[in-house]
Amino acid sequence: MPRKEGWGKVTGAARYVDDMILPGMLYGATVRSNIARGKIRKISFDAGVTWDEFILVTAKDIPGKNCIALILDDQPCLAADTVNHPEEPILLLAHADRHKLRRAVDAISIEYEPLPPVHTMEESERQSTIIWGTDNTFKSYLVEKGDVDAVWKEAAHIVEGEYFTGAQEQLYIENNGIIAAFDPNNGVTVWGSLQCPYYVHKALMALCGLPEDKIRVAQMETGGAFGGKEEYPSMIAGHAALLAMKSGRPVKIVYDRTEDMVATTKRHPSRTRHRTAVDKHGKILGGEIEFTIDGGAYATLSSVVLSRGTIHAGGPYYWPSVRIRTKALATNTPPHGAFRGFGAPQSLFAMERHMDRIAQVVGISPVEIRWRNFLKPGQTTTTQQVIREKINLNHLLDRALELSDYAAKKARFANENKEGMRRKGMGIAAFLHGAGFTGSGERYLNSLVGAEAGADGNVRVLVSSAEFGQGTNTVLCQIAAEALGLPYESVAIAQPDTTVVPNSGPTVASRTAMIVGKLVQSAAKGIKEALTKTGLLGDDYTPEQFRAACNQYIAAHGALKSYARYEAPGDVFWDDEKYRGEAYAAFAWAVYVAEVTVDLTTYAVTVDDFVALQEVGKVLHPVLAEGQITGGVAQAIGFALYEKVVWQNGRMINNQMTNYIMPTSADLPPIRVFFEELGNVHGAHGAKGIGELPMDGPAPAIVNAVEDATGVRFRSIPLLPEDLFEALGPAPIEQDAPSSLRGAA
Amino acid sequence: MNPSPAASTKCELSFTVNGEAKKVLAHPMERLLDVLRNDLKLSGTKEGCGEGECGSCSVLLDGMLVNSCLVPVAQASGVSIDTIEGISAHTLMRPLQEAFLECGGAQCGICTPGMILAAVHLLEKKPEPTLADIREGLAGNLCRCTGYMQIFEAVASATRRRVAK
Amino acid sequence: MRADPAEYRFVSPGNLQAVLFLLASEPAQWLPIAGGTDVMVLYSAGKLPNRKLINIWNIPELRQIEVFPDSIRIGAACTYTALRKHDIISREFPLLATAASWTGGIANQNRGTLGGNIANASPAADSLPALLVYDAEVTLVSARGERQVAYRSFHSGYKQTALAADELIRDISLPRRFSGYFSHARKVGARNAQAISKVCLAALGQIANGTIRDVRLALGSVAPVPLRLNETEHALTGKKIEPSLIDAARKTVVKEIRPIDDIRSTARYRAAVAGNLVAEFLEKLAAAGAKA
Repeated sequence: MPRKEGWGKVTGAARYVDDMILPGMLYGATVRSNIARGKIRKISFDAGVTWDEFILVTAKDIPGKNCIALILDDQPCLAADTVNHPEEPILLLAHADRHKLRRAVDAISIEYEPLPPVHTMEESERQSTIIWGTDNTFKSYLVEKGDVDAVWKEAAHIVEGEYFTGAQEQLYIENNGIIAAFDPNNGVTVWGSLQCPYYVHKALMALCGLPEDKIRVAQMETGGAFGGKEEYPSMIAGHAALLAMKSGRPVKIVYDRTEDMVATTKRHPSRTRHRTAVDKHGKILGGEIEFTIDGGAYATLSSVVLSRGTIHAGGPYYWPSVRIRTKALATNTPPHGAFRGFGAPQSLFAMERHMDRIAQVVGISPVEIRWRNFLKPGQTTTTQQVIREKINLNHLLDRALELSDYAAKKARFANENKEGMRRKGMGIAAFLHGAGFTGSGERYLNSLVGAEAGADGNVRVLVSSAEFGQGTNTVLCQIAAEALGLPYESVAIAQPDTTVVPNSGPTVASRTAMIVGKLVQSAAKGIKEALTKTGLLGDDYTPEQFRAACNQYIAAHGALKSYARYEAPGDVFWDDEKYRGEAYAAFAWAVYVAEVTVDLTTYAVTVDDFVALQEVGKVLHPVLAEGQITGGVAQAIGFALYEKVVWQNGRMINNQMTNYIMPTSADLPPIRVFFEELGNVHGAHGAKGIGELPMDGPAPAIVNAVEDATGVRFRSIPLLPEDLFEALGPAPIEQDAPSSLRGAA
Repeated sequence: MNPSPAASTKCELSFTVNGEAKKVLAHPMERLLDVLRNDLKLSGTKEGCGEGECGSCSVLLDGMLVNSCLVPVAQASGVSIDTIEGISAHTLMRPLQEAFLECGGAQCGICTPGMILAAVHLLEKKPEPTLADIREGLAGNLCRCTGYMQIFEAVASATRRRVAK
Repeated sequence: MRADPAEYRFVSPGNLQAVLFLLASEPAQWLPIAGGTDVMVLYSAGKLPNRKLINIWNIPELRQIEVFPDSIRIGAACTYTALRKHDIISREFPLLATAASWTGGIANQNRGTLGGNIANASPAADSLPALLVYDAEVTLVSARGERQVAYRSFHSGYKQTALAADELIRDISLPRRFSGYFSHARKVGARNAQAISKVCLAALGQIANGTIRDVRLALGSVAPVPLRLNETEHALTGKKIEPSLIDAARKTVVKEIRPIDDIRSTARYRAAVAGNLVAEFLEKLAAAGAKA
């Protein structure tokens, strides 16, 4: 099934926000803070600019509430008297001439009275300087199972470890952009590059002080997102809307690469501490996991990222007893945000590194330690969710080892590594990823999906789920077509526009194929039912008969629309206070194997081969599914080995593509993708979400392989050649905290 | 000494774009990328980084692959430019477009015009490229969605189709 | 895009004489622009101090590659693609051809020029170490005439060159006497393509009976200028390649270079890798000598 919107993409006809120009349109720009924390004392406008040519917006101009409504509503849209991070938006300007606009931004100077900033998780948790709330803590969770305090005395070994992951930039190739327009009758309309039209809708209602029907949000073709356009677009849309309201003209704000990198969200940096009690065979008796993430200056989505990281912290293993203490801390950095995986890549990195450590201490192999601890059907997870499906992780691991030729390569490398300037290693990561919103989240989202038939027998899917490359349009049309027994070509999907489509929830959390897809099935079936119930159609029909029936129905009733609303499965129970129960309707499971070469001349790590094996319920579209895995693995290889954000006083200083290194086609290995299918009662055609799964495994698999190759216990990513050198070079040292904590490289 | 005035005036520049003669009035230091997008309304060529790293702005200039964000329009005077819109007339185009769609070479699509230009350029120079040739030929075009595997497959597939013809 | 095109003058005289005349009449006012792969990046970032640019992309004398019996003369505006394609350069000056293949991707190789690389004078430039070991000579021209400058004397400090305010690089000459040398180049960047180098080695050697007859080593990214390792070469010439010599060479290398910590890498890493690259070259040179 060809990509639904594919032809436009291969001919250059697809329209992204910067391709659109509206009559009378102005360009907008943002004046941002250049300190990490302080009070705004004075704003000066250089006399050399004709300021009355410009539209100027300050916090005082905000008609509604000066915040970006999300969860805690603590993030201002524009700083009024205090700034809490570098690049925080303070003023907005608009002008028809982009060049005059840029000069005007440069002609505004702001004086601050600096306040002491906090730049690290360690400083933040010390609480000697409070920068948010009463204790710098956006959120914390405690998960308890069994009796952890009793396990230590029975343990044959107690294994401790501390692991770090750095910030990561989503680096969608299309920067953030929005066009907003306003007129007093229709209210505000925004078009843009975004994942969640209804998130933006909600935020604009609060900011602009306008009711639901006076805000319209339309998603345009979006050039990559990965979570970076989940919550951030509400900010840039808010800015464009304010300028449009003040000027009465359409306003386009499109960031250039340096602004996008320095000012928008990144993956939350993390620190995980494990203390694990195991018996003499390496079986986990219990343990304590402390997981901390750096949320930046405002709460935004940190509580949800923390939630997912918390729930995944125990990996795909059976913990008879566990205590998981987690927190999200404030620092004076641009707020961190959603990025594919959303907390799970961070805590799973630690878990999988730690498993290899436990294996070392016990004296068994990385394979054996996993065999002995994998969850089995009937057992419970760390949140005491019963694993009901017949997942066999031992089999998955065995198959991954076979596909990667693990045993033979390990034996060969052990020999080859004795001499020469290259060291080779193999590494494993086993993991899981829960799809959909956590616990009662899907119930809270209360998604609504529509399907509409035309008199010509063509069907249109109505969802707020956005296409940004992952295949939303294709898969949802495919599902609807199959549900109705129609050819794929006769199903289309409406471009998400809040005046046209219902709220089927945000395009996040790997929920689209699984949850929204299932609703699409229902909505499509609803159309069939409307026709069969009125006797216009039999149970079996041809597309031609379907067309005729639609024609008749619409002639009689005017329209043929069917809606389906999410219904929480009866068997999913979640206790939000104790953080216990059925966290996700379905988990996908995976084992990844990495083969690496460490070059002792340059200390560079190359991934030579990569096997990605996952159980995903059902593969709905083989080409799209494989594309999700290879793309996610590539991003995770970047996370592991290349993508370092260099911080200085809370600001990213390598905010250019030249200096923020993402892998090119010359850097990636063959990524070999394999699927297994166990089905899933909660997903369309038995599918589970797969968009984020591939982000979780590669980093630990690779670092496990690097340890295999070098014998060094690296515990921090990104793992750069400079880090390998410090550990392996002339005076080797044990790797400690990540180099970002030692100061900018 | 008396330096000449710094400001420039717009000048008329002629070149061929996608086989059509074009005249624009532009400052000589306008980027070719901006002239294509804004003056000529050819928005298929994209800006991803503005520093010649991502390749989204790739066009063919007298048959040579270049990053149009790094070309002052004055240097394009008298040349022949091919963008994604016009390259459809190219005999290589159809198999390549189809292969990109069949193999999953386009996900979000933002890098796709540049990738296709780079692929066309590669196939003109190396009609039967090896995987290593494809990697090298496309190394200046960044893709964040695919991990490149399916893009390589698309180029290899298009090659096989051409050779089969 | 953080520059206003309206603020920039750009002239394109189309011939060398006119270019030189303008450079002479307004010294240090006009920035020559060839392929623009360095200039345009600065310009778009709003960081180009010059407001007047003179086009040298279309000057025929700067685009030629002339082959003589004893030397090859490469026009300053020859692109990396042109260098890679040239038969004599590929065969007799592989370090230069290899460096050209490392610079950016294909699109940037089609526009970047050797002269631009030299004039931009980044110590991280890929082709400059090759020019050092090949004893390149640069022809500088102006309205006053022309002069030759040995490339090894061309850089006086970080981004400082021998170019006078009214001068232009016209061509780079390489003597054709390196065919009998073993050559080796290695670039260490943050990734395999499209990377600014952290350390870059260009090396030539001649070995007989295990003894080094001649050795030429140049490194990029380890000093404010591309560096010819004179002391290390001196310590190696006439010696037999054995582990103790390689060890000693490593130490001399580290002493000769002046690497820094910057946004891309650390001084310690650069120093260690520079030593490793030279050691690797010596091992290969020895192996090549043993085969001969």
